[in-house]
Amino acid sequence: MEMFIQTLVAGILIGGVYALIGIGMTLIMGVMRIINLAHGQLMMVAMYITFVLYQFLNIDPYFALLVAPPALFLIGAAIQRYLLNPLIKIESIIPENQVLMTVGIGIVLTETIRFMFSSDYKSVKTSYSTATFNIGAISWNVPMVVAFILAVVLTASLFFFLLKTDVGKSVRATAQNKDAAMIMGINAEWITQLTYGLGAAMAAAGGTLLLPIYYLFPDVGGPFTLKAFIITILGGLGSAVGAIMGGLVLGVAESLGATYISMALKDAIGMVIFLLVLVFLPGGLKQLTKV
Amino acid sequence: MKSLYAKIAVLALLAVFPLFVGSDYYRHLVIIALMWVVIGASWNLLAGYTGQVSFGHAIFFGVGAYTAGLCTTQLGISAWWGMLLGGPAAMLVGILIGFICFRLRGAYFALATIAIAEILRLIAIVWRDFTEGMQGILIIQTFRSKVPYYYLALGIAVICMLLIYKIIKSKWGFYFIAIREDQDAAEALGISTFRYKSLSLMVSSFFTGLAGAFYMNYMGFIDPEVVFSLHFISIMAILVSIIGGAGTMWGPSVGAFIMVMLQELFRSSFFGYAPSWVSHAHAMAFGVLVILVIRFMANGVVGDWSKITNLWSKGKPAALVTNGN
Repeated sequence: MEMFIQTLVAGILIGGVYALIGIGMTLIMGVMRIINLAHGQLMMVAMYITFVLYQFLNIDPYFALLVAPPALFLIGAAIQRYLLNPLIKIESIIPENQVLMTVGIGIVLTETIRFMFSSDYKSVKTSYSTATFNIGAISWNVPMVVAFILAVVLTASLFFFLLKTDVGKSVRATAQNKDAAMIMGINAEWITQLTYGLGAAMAAAGGTLLLPIYYLFPDVGGPFTLKAFIITILGGLGSAVGAIMGGLVLGVAESLGATYISMALKDAIGMVIFLLVLVFLPGGLKQLTKV
Repeated sequence: MKSLYAKIAVLALLAVFPLFVGSDYYRHLVIIALMWVVIGASWNLLAGYTGQVSFGHAIFFGVGAYTAGLCTTQLGISAWWGMLLGGPAAMLVGILIGFICFRLRGAYFALATIAIAEILRLIAIVWRDFTEGMQGILIIQTFRSKVPYYYLALGIAVICMLLIYKIIKSKWGFYFIAIREDQDAAEALGISTFRYKSLSLMVSSFFTGLAGAFYMNYMGFIDPEVVFSLHFISIMAILVSIIGGAGTMWGPSVGAFIMVMLQELFRSSFFGYAPSWVSHAHAMAFGVLVILVIRFMANGVVGDWSKITNLWSKGKPAALVTNGN
């Protein structure tokens, strides 16, 4: 029983960070109607920025939260402006060419980082990386708890932004109906850039929070792209609340799977959930809350 | 008529190629290119004609290759049986995927294909007793010469292209295009979109699986990271089609030769003329190519042929009239 609760706790903590990364992708999905297959790779770039800050300037990973996400915001907005947006005007037979473009961007990001830092595993070993405290018989990993709390704070502020500010409302309006939003005088092109930037920044924040406990290598992005889209589908395409639930479900399922089934198949568990959702609940968790 | 002669000439050229070129290296390149002709054409039938973009053709390639490999390691029979079984096995997987995904609209199919390719890759890695895991499957090739493999690859490519040509020109082909252009309209006209999307996927997965089985027999070695690779199988299949021209009959064939050539140029650092770090950059070149092709040549060499020829005749009045962009 203790092991079960311990597993559950670990799953929920990592799930909070997954949710943060997933919301970024969901946001992009909602506004641009594309799956951003460079999501994990953008996160990976942020992790390397954090790593460089730590290694050469000795800046604590948590302070890098003030640097990496804004940097990724700019990179994301630039990608959207100069690479993804021009594609809308191009007549092509394949409808998914924006998605394909994100795959290309993902490859280029990964390879650029590989060029600069080689394929070696890196890690940020802070004094608190392995620190734990106990409540009852359950041990809590300090950086995980901090990551979870910060993820919740960031998610809450995103919600505040989306629900309470004018720009946030414009984002939601564009997601609901782009044409109607444009008629209302919203600059949809600008909103789209903002959204992609925000999505990238959310992924960046997630990556930075994970760094004290994770290894870092150029290919780390791929698995996280997959996780993010599993969360997006799990939550229901374009639903931010769904993405939070999706992130938690994925975190707990992976954690349970790693403990009770097999460590090696941990990554496959997410995929299986994805297929099950596709078959039995195609609208995602969003569907459940609506009924 | 002129284009028919051109095709016969190209085919004849390919048929006599190994008689004049003795180098195993160049024969190998053409064999691989022919294999990509098959995979590219299969992907194109599904995505370019039916509009169902797959990001996971490695599923079918890998299943075909593993079927052939497992024939030897598990059943103790020749891997050539894989040439018979690989296609149907991949098709079976295709039917299952279609059954799950084609009832849904939108990005589900594209995403499910990535997910399934990943699942299969992980299974192939983890299930060591059955698939040998990361060690991969090693078999002894039947022929030492490249020539038999060459004609086999050519034969498969010709059959595949002929069949797909027939399909495109038949009623099915028009149904496929109708589905690509507008699913609702197609449904309203009484086309069972689910059935025809599945049929398209079946043909596509069959030939990709066959190509996979051929790869096993030809290379003699497979491992999960190669045959279930997202970048070097799934994305390559997309690139082959797009660079040649998705939704055109001969585009993928042109694209296959271009892509295999480019890949080899980078892998060999432009045959040693460029500095050696170039060979490490071939994945990077791959990514840059994806971006450039989609950005500037979305309909490929064949689809944008008029645009390309216009580049040369810039300034002439006739060209300006046809240049819509």
